[in-house]
Amino acid sequence: MTTDTPTGPGNARNGNTTPRGFVGVPRVSDDDPKQTKKDFTSDQEVRWCPGCGDYAVLAAVQGFLPDLGLRRENIVFVSGIGCSSRFPYYLDTYGMHSIHGRAPAIATGLATSREDLSVWVITGDGDALSIGGNHLIHAMRRNVNLTILLFNNKIYGLTKGQYSPTSDVGSVTKSTPVGSVDHPFNPVSLALGAEATFVARTMDSDRAHLTTVLRAAAEHRGTSLVEIYQNCPIFNDGAFQLLKDRDEKEARVLSLVHGEPVRSGAEHVVVRGADGALSVAPESEAAPGSVLIHDAGTGDPSTAFALSRIDDGSMTHIPMGIFRSVDRPTYDDQVRAQVEGARSGAGGPADDDDLAALLRGGDTWTVG
Amino acid sequence: MSSKPLQKLDRVVIRFAGDSGDGMQLTGDRFTSETAALGNDLSTLPNFPAEIRAPAGTLPGVSSFQLHFADHDVLTPGDHPDVLVAMNPAALKANLPDLPRGSTIIVNTDEFTKRNLSKVGYQASPVEDGSLESWHVHEIALTSITVEALADFGLTRKEKERAKNMLALGLLSWMYSRPLEGTEAFLRAKFARAPEILEANLTALRAGFHYGETTEDFAVRFEVAPATMPPGTYRTITGNAAMALGLVTAAHRTGLPLVLGSYPITPASDILHTLSGMKRYGVTTLQAEDEIAAVGMALGASFGGALGVTSTSGPGLALKAETIGLGVSTELPLVILDIQRGGPSTGLPTKTEQSDLLQAIHGRNGESPVAVIAPQSPSDCFDIALEAVRIATTYRTPVIVLSDGYLANGSEPWRVPSVADLPELDVEFATGPNDTDDAGEPVFHPFLRDPQTLARPWAVPGTAGLEHRIGGIEKADVTGHISYDPDNHDRMTRLRQGKIDGIADTIPDLEVEDPSGDARVLVLGWGSTYGPIAAAARLVRATGVSVARAHLRHLNPFPRNLGDVLRAYDHVVVPEMNLGQLALLLRGTYLVDVQSHTAVRGLPFPAADLAEVLHKAVAQTLEGVR
Repeated sequence: MTTDTPTGPGNARNGNTTPRGFVGVPRVSDDDPKQTKKDFTSDQEVRWCPGCGDYAVLAAVQGFLPDLGLRRENIVFVSGIGCSSRFPYYLDTYGMHSIHGRAPAIATGLATSREDLSVWVITGDGDALSIGGNHLIHAMRRNVNLTILLFNNKIYGLTKGQYSPTSDVGSVTKSTPVGSVDHPFNPVSLALGAEATFVARTMDSDRAHLTTVLRAAAEHRGTSLVEIYQNCPIFNDGAFQLLKDRDEKEARVLSLVHGEPVRSGAEHVVVRGADGALSVAPESEAAPGSVLIHDAGTGDPSTAFALSRIDDGSMTHIPMGIFRSVDRPTYDDQVRAQVEGARSGAGGPADDDDLAALLRGGDTWTVG
Repeated sequence: MSSKPLQKLDRVVIRFAGDSGDGMQLTGDRFTSETAALGNDLSTLPNFPAEIRAPAGTLPGVSSFQLHFADHDVLTPGDHPDVLVAMNPAALKANLPDLPRGSTIIVNTDEFTKRNLSKVGYQASPVEDGSLESWHVHEIALTSITVEALADFGLTRKEKERAKNMLALGLLSWMYSRPLEGTEAFLRAKFARAPEILEANLTALRAGFHYGETTEDFAVRFEVAPATMPPGTYRTITGNAAMALGLVTAAHRTGLPLVLGSYPITPASDILHTLSGMKRYGVTTLQAEDEIAAVGMALGASFGGALGVTSTSGPGLALKAETIGLGVSTELPLVILDIQRGGPSTGLPTKTEQSDLLQAIHGRNGESPVAVIAPQSPSDCFDIALEAVRIATTYRTPVIVLSDGYLANGSEPWRVPSVADLPELDVEFATGPNDTDDAGEPVFHPFLRDPQTLARPWAVPGTAGLEHRIGGIEKADVTGHISYDPDNHDRMTRLRQGKIDGIADTIPDLEVEDPSGDARVLVLGWGSTYGPIAAAARLVRATGVSVARAHLRHLNPFPRNLGDVLRAYDHVVVPEMNLGQLALLLRGTYLVDVQSHTAVRGLPFPAADLAEVLHKAVAQTLEGVR
């Protein structure tokens, strides 16, 4: 924790202009024609099922990408395998639809070797947390400058309906006819455990929240992990309905706003008990000073982690928003700095004479 | 100068053997450097256990280093040592079977204690019970002489004993008239911060040298004259070091940044270590979380326009298979170094084998052709790295390089090439539209191929107007859009295969070495068997028997003339350190029967054994038996 310095989501900008996540990435100049959603929409027909939550996320991303002010050719979307991983085909940026689970590794190689790119990873609950779990946690602990969108629909959609690592215990699916016994991952808890520097949760159907969170994630320098609750209308329809239903969500959704009390719309707040544990209580019954004021920028991730555990799996109280946003030197910046340091320390890039010296090494002899 | 008579030899094979902790690899390395500096040609064979420190004094803990040096060109580390330095009973017992009778054994008698003898099953000391009568045995108390020589040092006994390898090195340096200056300089650098340890090692080294001069045990010194080698600047180099230098050189020549994604694995890790120290040359090394991530990082870097490389051994190649397939599908340059070792599974991590050939060529799902090439000697790893980069960048394809533990750790003199004489490696990125659409507007088609090479354009992110998406799903010819069309898949599969097959247009014909011109038997090898096979052919020819020899560096595609070469001989022998993988390919590709001669002992073929196989094959062919 010691190297994490607090920033808070409002502090992701370096001065007034360039968000730190975009430093090094060429920007559109004022002389260029204004970028539009159309510029970011490819000529490919979108082929998700009718009613899929992916449409909403795609629309949101296409909607705010023009506002980031980045040159389109310097944006790359890398995905794995799964329904959501078709995402890059529909964006007119550079993209790679890679193989199952490996997008974070491929994106790490790309982001590290190219400071001038804004690199995004599109993944799902099976892709990121099952077959690709290893790459995901290592990308986060390294803090590579990547924005990872984890579409969580709690089901395997593309393979037609098997349970996933986020499916609830007891889920009856094609491969678990009498209910699954696997204990699920909580992606936010996992990300916080891996010491990701930006961790958030949002909802496919809430365009405004989605846009705000994704934009903050992109502007963050380091690995941003955004869990997007996403509905699969075919194999797991209504998985998040309790959080969307007008009558239910008021009481169930806890809004995470930096510097504000963590509260639901139904006048419940998160309080810290005498033992330090977090719980949800009616605002009227909360002891003075016990209400948790959200601090996404605190270096210690334990409160964020406790928030991520506040629901027991019943979706009674689900925090939505930015759990954590802190600064830590990024992997790619440091790797590049070592290479640059070695070069400048030796008087610049190697020329033919330097190479010849390298080939000779220390111990040579001459014949003839 | 020495007062003892000097005897000239044309070649010597020395093996240093001891416990894993006795410093035998270092001793061997230093003797190699001294020998190289004298201008002998040489070849080395380090042989060590996978355990870092196996129990002391046991057979599994024996580590050895063999060096063959001569006044003529050397092809192998030698079949049998002329001299064995055995630092303990285990080292003697493990290596005695390789020692021809009449050869020399130097034993460290201090270690021949009852306890150490019983550890390896000796009832009585072989030095005393007459069982070594057929060898020239020098019994030397290496440990106690070392301790005595260091009597004035304020070091513990254990620290003093540790310098015994330097005493042995000093003695052998005297025996074979090697200078000590190089090793002295090496020690000064190594122990710059520990002056007393430095002095102790220098003292032990010199004490060993003087011991040879003064003791009556050694009546003569030997001398091996320098070999005749082409003029130039030379250094010794291991295969792994040469591979790393080749990659850096290729990156320099192409102007591309080199990005190595790697996960530590024996015997490939030294490539990662070496390249991680070459940042100054624009080299980025990423130690990944696993083998799959390592190749993924390399491929991601290649997508971004860098030279993506991953280094591994057989188990890692298996893990990388799916990502290499993605490289085939996305048609991006990618270099995969497989430093082969004994398999299957974990197998023999520190021993050599050539058993990944079929994995390299076929070990992926679907029709997934890649180029496969193999170096034939430690220094050839430099040239093969340049060739790998040439093929990968020209054809936008993964290239698998099959080195192995023998080449990786073995060393030989290398004439350092002049940078100006190295092959040109030009890489062009796509910069603008390459086609027109139906309306006649300029467009960029990421899978519109170069008509000569069938390579697709390398359009890297950051290039305005060329935004496109690639992936592992089948792509429509030319446009690169997702396509499930049956005819398109058939066409794309054949195009990818045709692209790899077409590499043969740019590789040299297979050369056959047949000095007499009348050979009826051809011996054909690939990869690291070059030295043993060439040495065997030389042995056979020395008896007046003709045999032709050829060696493949390109395994996929094969050189264009390979079929003609095979059919030009009555009989073809293919020695391999596997159970006949190249033989299977040759039979399947050319309908030519070949005699597959195989061994998987974790060690290179002894040249004499191969010579016997060739003699038999020639005799039977001439008799018409076959």
